[in-house]
Amino acid sequence: MAKKFEINEIEVWDGNYAASQALRQAQVDVVAAYPITPSTPIVEGYGSYVANGYVDGEFVMVESEHAAMSACVGAAAAGGRVATATSSQGFALMAEVLYQASGMRQPIVLTVVNRALASPLNVRGDHSDMYMGRDAGWINLDAFNAQEAYDLTLCAFRIGEHLDVRLPVMVHQDGFTTSHKAQKVNPLQDEAAYKFVGDYVPVDEMLDFTRAVTHGAQTEEDWHFEHKAKQHKALMDSRTVIEEIFADFKALTGREYKRVETYLLDDAEVAIVALGSSVETARLAAEELRKDEGIKAGVIAPRVFRPFPFDLIRDVIDGSPLKAIAAMDKSAPGGAMGALFNEISAAAYTTQNRPLITNFIYGLGGRDFSVEEAKRILKEQKAHADAGHITTPIQQFSGLRGPKLGFFETKRS
Amino acid sequence: MAFNYDKYLRTSKMPTLWCWGCGDGVILKSFIRAVDKLGWDKNDIALVSGIGCSGRFSSYVDMNTVHTTHGRTVAFATGIKLANPDKHVVCVAGDGDGLAIGGNHTIHGARRNIDITLILIQNFIYGLTNSQTSPTTPRGFWTVTQKVGNIDPTFDGCKLVEAAGASFVARESVTQPRKLEKVLVAALKHKGFSYVEALSNCHINLGRKNKMGSAMANLEWIDSISMPKKKWEALPEEERMNYLPTGILKQDEEAPEYCEMYEEVKKAHQGKRGKITQDDFAKKI
Repeated sequence: MAKKFEINEIEVWDGNYAASQALRQAQVDVVAAYPITPSTPIVEGYGSYVANGYVDGEFVMVESEHAAMSACVGAAAAGGRVATATSSQGFALMAEVLYQASGMRQPIVLTVVNRALASPLNVRGDHSDMYMGRDAGWINLDAFNAQEAYDLTLCAFRIGEHLDVRLPVMVHQDGFTTSHKAQKVNPLQDEAAYKFVGDYVPVDEMLDFTRAVTHGAQTEEDWHFEHKAKQHKALMDSRTVIEEIFADFKALTGREYKRVETYLLDDAEVAIVALGSSVETARLAAEELRKDEGIKAGVIAPRVFRPFPFDLIRDVIDGSPLKAIAAMDKSAPGGAMGALFNEISAAAYTTQNRPLITNFIYGLGGRDFSVEEAKRILKEQKAHADAGHITTPIQQFSGLRGPKLGFFETKRS
Repeated sequence: MAFNYDKYLRTSKMPTLWCWGCGDGVILKSFIRAVDKLGWDKNDIALVSGIGCSGRFSSYVDMNTVHTTHGRTVAFATGIKLANPDKHVVCVAGDGDGLAIGGNHTIHGARRNIDITLILIQNFIYGLTNSQTSPTTPRGFWTVTQKVGNIDPTFDGCKLVEAAGASFVARESVTQPRKLEKVLVAALKHKGFSYVEALSNCHINLGRKNKMGSAMANLEWIDSISMPKKKWEALPEEERMNYLPTGILKQDEEAPEYCEMYEEVKKAHQGKRGKITQDDFAKKI
C-alpha cells in the first residue's frame, strides 16, 4: 500500500510537477520512459514517488523513446495501468508505436510536453509534435496551464479506460510556458483523486493465463478496414464519455471542462481559435479590446483536439454574430494551410453564417506570443468584418522577423 | 608559440555552453590538434554530432557539420561517407547517444567497417538531461532514475564495437590530453571504422551525487578506474574487470573498408559484361 502524500489545498506547481502528481495519484502500475527536455521531470517525479513509496508501481528507464512506448504497450497488454511522458523528438521516435497502442486499444496515458521538432534543433515550445500525432488514433486533451495539466491527466485515465472507449490518451501542455512555470494549483487529496480515477479494469490482459489472447494480430484487406472503422467509431463515440467524465469532475472539484472552451463569445463579432497556453493570452487580449476599444472579441479553444469537436465548433459558429475568425497554428504547416485552420474552416463551412477565416502561423520554436500580438490579430479580424471580405493574405506568419510572409488572396465576402 | 585553435573554431559561438571544468573542451581541443597534426584541410572534414552535450561539437568546429537527432550520428555519417568517400567523416556522440538510443547504428557502422571515426564521449551518465542512468553508468551509482544505486549492468563500448567488427578501437581519458590527441591522429588516419572512447568527467550531473562534485575529484575517479593497456594486461585475470584499459586496443589495417568494397560492387554492376566476373569480384573482397 502506497504512502499518503501530504498535499495542501493550494500548491505552487509547474505543469510537469502537476502531471507527475496526477500519475502518482492514479497509482500508475508501470512508467517506461526515456529522458527528453522539457518533459523529463514528469517521469522523474514518478520515479521518485516509486522510490519513496508514494506509489505502488514500477519505473523503468529504457534505451529510447521507441523502447519506452513499446514497453508501455507491453505493460498495458499485460493488464496494467500505464503512463509515460515525452516531447518533440522523443514523440517522433515513438510515432510507430503510437499507432500500435491505439490499434491494440490500450488505454495508455501519454503526457506530451509540446516542443518544436528539429531541424533546426530547438527545445522550446510549439505544437509540431502534437500535430504530428494527430492521426495516430489517440484521444488528445489540451491543457492551457498547470492546473489543467493536473486535472486533465486525472480525467485522461477515466476516459481512456472507460469500457466503451479503451483508447490511449495524450494530455498536451506547452513546453516551458506551462511545464516549467510554477502556478497556483488546487489539487485533490490522494483518496479523492484515486476514487475519481478508480481501480484499473483490465480487458483481455495477457497475464490472465487461463485465457490466452493475441494483441496486434495481422489483418490484411479482409479485416483491417473493419478494425480501423471500429477504432474510429470508438474515438468519435468517446465524445459523450468525455462529456460525462468532465461532468463528474466538475461535481467533484467545481472546475468545468468542455470539449470546446469559449470565452466572451456570446456576442463576439471576431474571435481567435488557438490551442495551449496561447488561449490564455488571447483571452486577455479579448478582454482588453472589449474594455479599451469596444471591439466584441472572443476566444474559441478546442479542449479536445481529437476527437475533433467538429459538432461543437459548428454549433458555436452557426447563428452566432461571428464575422471573422483567426485560426492560430503553432506548427509549421509544411506546404498547406494550418491544421487548425482546416478543421475550423471545414466546420464553419457547414454553418449558415460562414464567417471569414484567416490562418496565422505563429510561435514556432518558442517565439513569444504576446497579448499585443493577439490584439493586433483580433483587430485585423475586425477590419475584415467591417470590409466584408478578407483584406490580408489568407495565411500569414505572425511574429516573424524580416519581411512579412503571407499566402493566398481572396475577395470573397 | 601557443597552439592557435581559432582557425578551427567558430569563435562567435564561444564561450561554449559546457559547464566549467567539463571534459568536452579537452576532447574538442585534442581533436583540433589531431586534425592540425594530420595537416588536413578543415573543409575536407564532415563532422556529425547527435544530441546531448556532445552535440555542441557541430556548432563549435568550423568545418562541414551536421547536428542530427539523438543517436543517429553514425547513420547520417554513413550516408555522407558513401556519397563522399574521399572526405573525412567524424562522428561525435555521448554514451547515451551512441550506446543506448543509437546503439544499433554504432554496431552496424562497426560491422560494415565503413571509414568513419566515432569519438564517443563517455561520461557515464545522461548529463544534459540531468543524471539519468546511461548504459555505461557504473553499478551502484546514484542516478536520478535509480536513486538507491544503479542496478543495470554496463556496456564496455570498446568491446562492443570490437565484437561488431570495428577495425580500430581505442580508449583514452581527458586526463591525458596528449595521449588522446595521439590516439585521435591514429584513429582519423585509419581506413575503416575507428572508435575512440574518450572518458570524460561530468562532475555536475554525475559527480555531485556520487561524492566527486568537483572536476578534479571526478577526473581522479576516472584515473582510478582506467589504466594503460600494457599495465592492464599484466593484471591477474580476475582484477581486469575492475579497470578500463586505455590506449589503442585494436588496430587492423588489413580489414576491407566498406566504401572501397562498394566501389568494387559498382564496377561489377557497371562494367561491360564479362569484364569483371563474379569470380574476380569474389577475389577482390
